Amino acid sequence: MLIYVVKRLVLMLPVVLCVALVCFLLVHIAPGDPLIAVLPPDASAELAEQMKHVYGFDRPLPVQFGLWAWHALQGNLGTSIATGRPVAEEVSRAVGNTVMLAAVAATIGFALGLLFGFLAAYFRDSWIDRVVTTVAIAGVSMPHYWLGMVLVIIFSVVLGWLPAVGAGPGGSTSWAWDWAHMRFLVLPAVTLSVIPMGIVTRTVRALVGDLLTQEFVLALRAKGLAETRVFRHVAKNAAPTATAVMGLQLGYLLGGSILVETVFSWPGTGLLLNSAIFQRDLPLLQGTILVLALFFVVLNLAVDVLQAVIDPRIRRS
Amino acid sequence: MTSLHLIRIALAAAISACALPAVAETVVRIGMTAADIPRTLGQPDQGFEGNRFTGNTMYEGLTVWDLSAADKPSEIIPGLATGWAVDAADKTRWTFRLRPGVTFHDGSDFDADAVVWNVEKVLKQDAPQFDASQVGVTASRMPTLRAARAIDNMTVELTTSEPDSFLPINLMNLYMASPAHWRKLYDGVAASVADPKERSKRAWDAFARAASGTGPWKMAGFVPRERLELVRNDAYWDPARRPKVDRLVLLPMPEASARTAALLSGQVDWIEAPAPDSISQIKQRGFVIYANEQPHVWPWQFSRIEGSPWNDLKVRKAANLCVDRDAMRDGLLGGLMVATTATFEKGHPWHGHPTFEIRYDPDSARALMTQAGYSKTRRLKVKVQTSASGSGQMLPVPMNEFVQQSLAECFFDVELDVIEWNTLFTNWRKGAKDDAARGATAINVTYSSMDPFFAMVRFLDSRMAPPVSNNWGFINDPEFDKRVAAARHAFDPAERDRALAALHERSVDEAAFLWIAHDVGPRALSPKIRNFVQPKSWFVDFSTMTIAN
Repeated sequence: MLIYVVKRLVLMLPVVLCVALVCFLLVHIAPGDPLIAVLPPDASAELAEQMKHVYGFDRPLPVQFGLWAWHALQGNLGTSIATGRPVAEEVSRAVGNTVMLAAVAATIGFALGLLFGFLAAYFRDSWIDRVVTTVAIAGVSMPHYWLGMVLVIIFSVVLGWLPAVGAGPGGSTSWAWDWAHMRFLVLPAVTLSVIPMGIVTRTVRALVGDLLTQEFVLALRAKGLAETRVFRHVAKNAAPTATAVMGLQLGYLLGGSILVETVFSWPGTGLLLNSAIFQRDLPLLQGTILVLALFFVVLNLAVDVLQAVIDPRIRRS
Repeated sequence: MTSLHLIRIALAAAISACALPAVAETVVRIGMTAADIPRTLGQPDQGFEGNRFTGNTMYEGLTVWDLSAADKPSEIIPGLATGWAVDAADKTRWTFRLRPGVTFHDGSDFDADAVVWNVEKVLKQDAPQFDASQVGVTASRMPTLRAARAIDNMTVELTTSEPDSFLPINLMNLYMASPAHWRKLYDGVAASVADPKERSKRAWDAFARAASGTGPWKMAGFVPRERLELVRNDAYWDPARRPKVDRLVLLPMPEASARTAALLSGQVDWIEAPAPDSISQIKQRGFVIYANEQPHVWPWQFSRIEGSPWNDLKVRKAANLCVDRDAMRDGLLGGLMVATTATFEKGHPWHGHPTFEIRYDPDSARALMTQAGYSKTRRLKVKVQTSASGSGQMLPVPMNEFVQQSLAECFFDVELDVIEWNTLFTNWRKGAKDDAARGATAINVTYSSMDPFFAMVRFLDSRMAPPVSNNWGFINDPEFDKRVAAARHAFDPAERDRALAALHERSVDEAAFLWIAHDVGPRALSPKIRNFVQPKSWFVDFSTMTIAN
């Protein structure tokens, strides 16, 4: 098992390097001036050159990348051009907020997805299956930013039950797990949970439906095993694939949703990316993308390890 | 007075105090359009919204805008300077007399050394407080300022690179931050940080989190990207402008529907730029919409390079006569625009008396196009570069499509080249000759017209052609250059206004732009907010408003 984990960790390095290089090149190839946040278009050519030099944008791209990568290795992601604040500080605060949102959304989405998936599979082709399948398809098809707006209109504007935007009465830095703060989390978390709920429902329905038709389930039932024991066998067999799907979904959620976080002004990585993109804040953009990519890679590793723990065949292969 | 009498008075006061209800803190919560809190260290980013919320609230310049009236254009008035004069013999030297008795929020005194320190924070690269991140938004707005020198404690001399009568107007962009507070933060940086530049950077970062200016509002709380809380500065030097509300809470809300929902659900009391299609709902719920003509122009800027069809004055005039701006205002914009007749409208001191009247007259437009050699069968193809969104662009694509349809009636075939906002902004600087223009003969970038340089000089002066500044179309008209120079060298305010009016007249008579709209800066306020004045400016004064019980 240890060798397996070490192998996967070694394989991570080129992936991370490639991600860093691609995101560096992408943000530099994109049209627009990286100094637009601090240099109005009416600035003189002399001033523009002076600022390019101060920020190091007059250096060759390989030198810029080398310096950035070297500093990143030491945990220094640079300074945001627009705000002057350290990128690492900006990203870590946003990541904390996104993780909190993603964790709640994932809990809702996965719990409902598993429940609906098993229900639909056990009651296949019944009205329960049809209702669940309809909900699942609606979940994966509905644009979540649109759903967010609808939820805001209903629960904030019309009913006045929940706040429309923000991350707590005093901002996210004074977050507490009480109702005064958690009510800010309800609408964005529900909005974000809909897609993973739909995907997990459909996956589990297909998996469990297939497992229930297999001979070992027939044998278990023929042995006279109680249905709860049969369920445990089915669940264990469905777990590796369902875990992989949930891991991927969790990865997407942890990546932050630009649209949902913007609709709810939730100060996570999505909103941070939105701001960095529109301000052409290259250090912030590069730093955020790198951290998110690392998240995804680490999460994939964690899922792979978990699958290997659950299913020895994966370890052996 | 006997001691018994004193005890009676004290008892009476104590009983009265107990009998009075506790006075609740008055708070106004504002949803801004910005995606982040504009920088708080003295020179805000994010354009004039930044100046509005974190510049003019916590800081001031030597000059400030008069924002007290809604019915006349805002003017520059004394701020931290009480008066100024240019040297009669050397017009590059100015003397500013400073306002006595002003203190920064940290309690330190405002004086001539503070002015010199603030000039050097953006102009003197070897000064400890020099901060490159503040240079761009400052130096470009006062391009001729070169140096500052303290003459005595309350007098400072400023030097410009050339005679420039616009200096007092431009100086409202240089906000005064507290040198003493910055020094304290600089000294507080860990001793392990030895590099002076790194220490300076950290001191500015700390300053942004605990700002100190001289303005009517003081920083009370700051959560980056989420909220900024300002409280009333009771020691503000102008009693008339001491805020009547205790606290302002500024919240970034870049999404228009989110701002509207926050207002309608009672989460905020004020939103900037409500979505036009939500105005009627906002009004129905009892909120008040404020709007006023802003010094903002939504134009097409013409290419005047060789081969451009806009080199023909008849074509430029025809385009200006062919757009029904009133229909655009009443239909597309729901009333939230002013149909332009020029950069400065009638009544403005810089309007002058142009002979060409910009109005909707398609017959005259077609006649001009016929004279220029175009007809129903021989149509003029033009291409305009615009953006899908962007600060101040209003509704760029629908508005350009409206213009496209209007001009089609006057033998124009308009092709729209819609690109991303920041890319368009960058292209604006590169000019019509650059490949980035992709063959466009016009560009649609909105601009502020608060001061002469931004409103006219950078577009009309041939020396401002790319890469120097924003004369995108390479206008090269000696008469414009002559009038620009005359305005820059007119140091008497009345004479300067006349010179600027002459420059503006010429720009209208030459149809230098296709003028379409002025924005009206709409905002929606809770009905409990009273005594708010929306001036003809990008800025507002938050000090005057009160909260009704």
